[in-house]
Formats: sequence, C-alpha cells, structure tokens
Amino acid sequence: MASTQLTFSKLRVAFLTGGLVWAALLTYLVHGFGFTWYIALADGIISSVLLGAACWLINNNLRYFQPSKGSYINIFIWCVALAGACTFGCRWILPYINTNSVYTSFIVQSLTIRFFTDFLAIGWMAMISMIWYSQQDQKENEKRKSEAEKLARDAELYNLRQQLQPHFLFNSLNSINALIGFKPDEARKMIHQLSDFLRGTLKKDDQQQVTLTEELAHLQLYLDIEKVRFGHRLMTEISCDQKCQDSILPPMILQPIVENAIKFGLYDTTESVTVSIRAEKEDNYLTLMVQNPYDPKTARPRKGTGFGLSGVQRRLDLLFARTDLIETHANDNIFTTIIKIPQV
Amino acid sequence: MKRVLIIDDEPLARMVVLEYLQDFKEEIEVLQECNDGFEGLKAIQQYQPDLIFLDVQMPKINGFEMLELVENPPSVIFTTAFDEYAIKAFETHAIDYLLKPFSKDRFKKAVEKFLAQVPSQAIKQTESLLGTAAQSPAQHERIVVKTGTKVKIIPVADVEYLEADDDYVSVHTKEGSFLKNKTMSFFEQTLDNSQFVRVHRSYILKIQDITRIDPYEKDAHIAILKSGAKIPVSKTGYAKLKQVLGI
Repeated sequence: MASTQLTFSKLRVAFLTGGLVWAALLTYLVHGFGFTWYIALADGIISSVLLGAACWLINNNLRYFQPSKGSYINIFIWCVALAGACTFGCRWILPYINTNSVYTSFIVQSLTIRFFTDFLAIGWMAMISMIWYSQQDQKENEKRKSEAEKLARDAELYNLRQQLQPHFLFNSLNSINALIGFKPDEARKMIHQLSDFLRGTLKKDDQQQVTLTEELAHLQLYLDIEKVRFGHRLMTEISCDQKCQDSILPPMILQPIVENAIKFGLYDTTESVTVSIRAEKEDNYLTLMVQNPYDPKTARPRKGTGFGLSGVQRRLDLLFARTDLIETHANDNIFTTIIKIPQV
Repeated sequence: MKRVLIIDDEPLARMVVLEYLQDFKEEIEVLQECNDGFEGLKAIQQYQPDLIFLDVQMPKINGFEMLELVENPPSVIFTTAFDEYAIKAFETHAIDYLLKPFSKDRFKKAVEKFLAQVPSQAIKQTESLLGTAAQSPAQHERIVVKTGTKVKIIPVADVEYLEADDDYVSVHTKEGSFLKNKTMSFFEQTLDNSQFVRVHRSYILKIQDITRIDPYEKDAHIAILKSGAKIPVSKTGYAKLKQVLGI
C-alpha cells in the first residue's frame, strides 16, 4: 500500500509541474502577441487552471470507471465536452481582466486554437490515465492470482504429505493390541515409535528442507514399525555416503517411496523381502534409489508409477517445477525407484 | 467342537485372534495358523474347517481370491484393517467382519453369531458372499484359477478371450486355457467393459486382440484374433462391438 501512496503523490507532483509549465508557456505565448506581462500571466494562469480542472476530472473519472472496449467513444465525447467547457470559460472569464477591445478580439479569434489545444491536452491526459490505471489493475490482479496460487500450492503440498495410508495406522494399532497381551514392553516401545513417527509427519513444513540424516532417522521409525508388523519377512538395507549426510531434501519424500516398495515387495511374494535404500551425491543432485523385488509374472499391473509415487512426483513438480526428477525401472525381478533432489 | 483356521500374513494379527479365542476353549479348536492364501487353501482342503478367520490383504492372492478357489467354502469372519471395496459386501454376507484393531467384546459377538447359526445357513452365506465378491479389490486386474493342485494367477492383460464351458468359464491365454467356476455374466460385469465385450452368448473378447471382423452368414460375423482363433459374433454382439469401437 505504501508504494501506491508514493506513486500517487509522485503523480500529483508531476501533474502540478505539468500545469505550471503549461501556464508559463501560455504566458510567454500571449506576451509574444504584444500584450503586457500582467495580461499574459493572468490569461496563462486562468486557462491553465481551467484545463487542469478538466484534466483532473477526467483522470478521476477513469480512476474509478475503467471504460470497456466499446465505450472509447464516450471518452472522446467527454474530452470534446471538457475542451468546450474550458474554451467557454476562457471566453467569459478572460474579458474581466482587461476590457481592452484588442484583447477581447484576440480572445475571440484564439478560441478555435484554444479549443483544439485543450482537447489534445485533455485527450492526452485521458489516455495516460487509462493506461496507468489499467496497469495498476493488472498488477493487483496478478498479485491476487499469485497469492491464490501459492495458497493452493501450499494446500496441495500439505495434502500430499498427509497421504499416510490408513492401512498402516490401523494395522500398527492392531499389532500393538497383540503385543499388549504378552509383550507389554514391546507394545510400549511401539507406541513410542508410532507417536514419534506421526509427530514427525505433522510438524514438517515443505518450505523447510531437512538433511538426509534427519530424513533417514524418521524413516527408520517407520521401518521399525513395519518390521514389528511383518516380522522376519521384511529386511532393509540402507547405505548412505558420508558426504551426502548433510544433503537437503523435502521432508517425508522418501517414506512414500519406501512404503510403496514394501507394499509391492511384500504382497508380491510369500518369501522374505529385502528393500534396499541407497543415497549418493552426483554433481549437484542427491540421488536416492529404492529397490524391491517383485514378480513380473504375477505382479498386479502397475498403473503408471503407482499411487504413492504419483504423489511424490507431484510434490517434486510443485517444489522444483520439474517432472524429470523421478524415474522407475523394472528388470530382473527388481523394481527400482530413483529420485533426484537438486542441491543449492 | 467347532474347528477353526486363522489366515493372516501378520503374525501379531493372528496372535490377537488366538488370544481372544481363549475364552471359547470349550467350543472352538484352532487347527492351524496360515501365513498366506496358499497355505490357507491347502489347510482348508486338508481339514475342512467349520470357520476361518480371514484377512483380505495378503501376499500373492488376497482373501477373496483364495475363497474363490475353495470348493466347499466354510463360514468366514473377515479381519481387515480397512477396505473401501469390501465392507459393503461383508455387511450383507459374511458372518461378520472385524475391523482391526477390534475389541474383545466385538470379537466375542462375531464368534457367538457364528456359533448360533444353523449349519446350512452358513454355506448359503458364504456362497452369496462370493457372488458379491465382484467388489473385491483386485477382481478386475487378475483372475486366479486352480490347475490341479497349483494356483495360477492370470493378469487380465494376458487374457485373450473367455468361453462358456458348461458350468465353468474357460479363460484362454497364450499359455493355454484354464477353467474357472464362475458364470459368463460374472465376468461381463467385473471385467473392464471398455476392454472386454461379450460378443456372443458364449464368448467375451478382448478388443485389443481383434485383428479382423468378417461377415459370416446372415446377421452373424466372425472375429479373428491375433492368435488366429476365430470367434463367432452374434447380431447383438456385433452391435455392442460397434458401439465400443465407435464405428
């Protein structure tokens, strides 16, 4: 708001300066016709004030009513009318300064030229105002639009992060229910893991990226819970270069990928399953690779990249404006998901 | 004494059922715990139990698919975390469905419901349950069949066409054909009807596999598939095909 105030006061200064220059020029011109400085100055000032009033009127008009495309003719008529009013004002006011017949006839003779200069000046003012105010409007619209877009994006990111599978939660609670009966200590431990994990998913803000170490610690909570659920059937391997530990990434980006890998790995075989997670740093990218075994013959047909992965893809798209940061490969009974996180 | 199986891929989930069943020691005997649908299938055939506790989401084949393969299905109590598709079906036809985590009281109610019912009623219930299994999760993605003692999972993408065969439906694939004890109208309803069209009383075709449709006698046509198979197309079947293909 302060900036618009500033531009408006600037506008006023420019308007006033323009009026003064106009009055000075007019005075000089009238003096050139052989009238005294007093008469010339009075003429200049009165004409300029009239013109200024007309300009101010049209400017104010356009400030509140942007003409639609078809109504430019109305502006034209307004300009003509205002120019006419100015000329008329000159015709009736100026003779009061000096009743000299030479000056009176000069006034009458100069009416046509006065009318046209006034008309041009008012028309020019109208045009400037129109452009100025439509630009202001546009700026405001753009600002509103980008704000709305940002809000929508934040909401979408929030939703994407919240896409925790209810299956996971209910099954974990069921496991806790089982443990309470004969291993209360483990039940308690699992409750803590589950609440730490849930707390972690709640407080994360997409704008604040986390380090890989933090993300892996959070992921470990998830993996520990899943291991309690599936027992010996689920094994995990995590390898992470020393140098990528401080790499940053959006929070909770790895978890849905691993969840997907576990789900498809475990439900595709009755044997035990090893899900491996590898982190590497290449050029300016942190590369994360998640692999799970699958059975190409009986695997449920995967639609695209799968539900969990499409959420990750959308998030990467929203955060980095790129769609090429995630890829999946399926060969030799191994399904691989790779994501790349640009490092700043 | 009723004989019972517990089929669930999560050991702790089976433990809960086992623990809750302690209260029914007099009436119920647990025969075995099964890790997945295959083990479940084998155990059902071996023991012919009166009741099974069945999870839906399990490796390879889900609970519904396992049930489809059982000849004289026992009574079923489903135990599942949450299943968008299935709950409606359970509500009407399973003895009961237990949403994990369930309380002991809730579990007792389910078991008492089972103990109270007349045996003949149980069979009917499970049969009608299978009828509504059209809503089960993986139904339109794959077809599970039994060949001898083995279980075969056929992804829908591998199916070329389906043919009526007495009380069965013969599922034709590149690897041969397999019998499934379902009706043609069951498949007509469950398979994606933008991909599969019932072109004849006894045939459902996959549109992708059609290479040519030739006229044959009056009103009838014949479709030639990629594999070379020739399938009769009836008058109404031809109309349906034209509609789906947009010609």
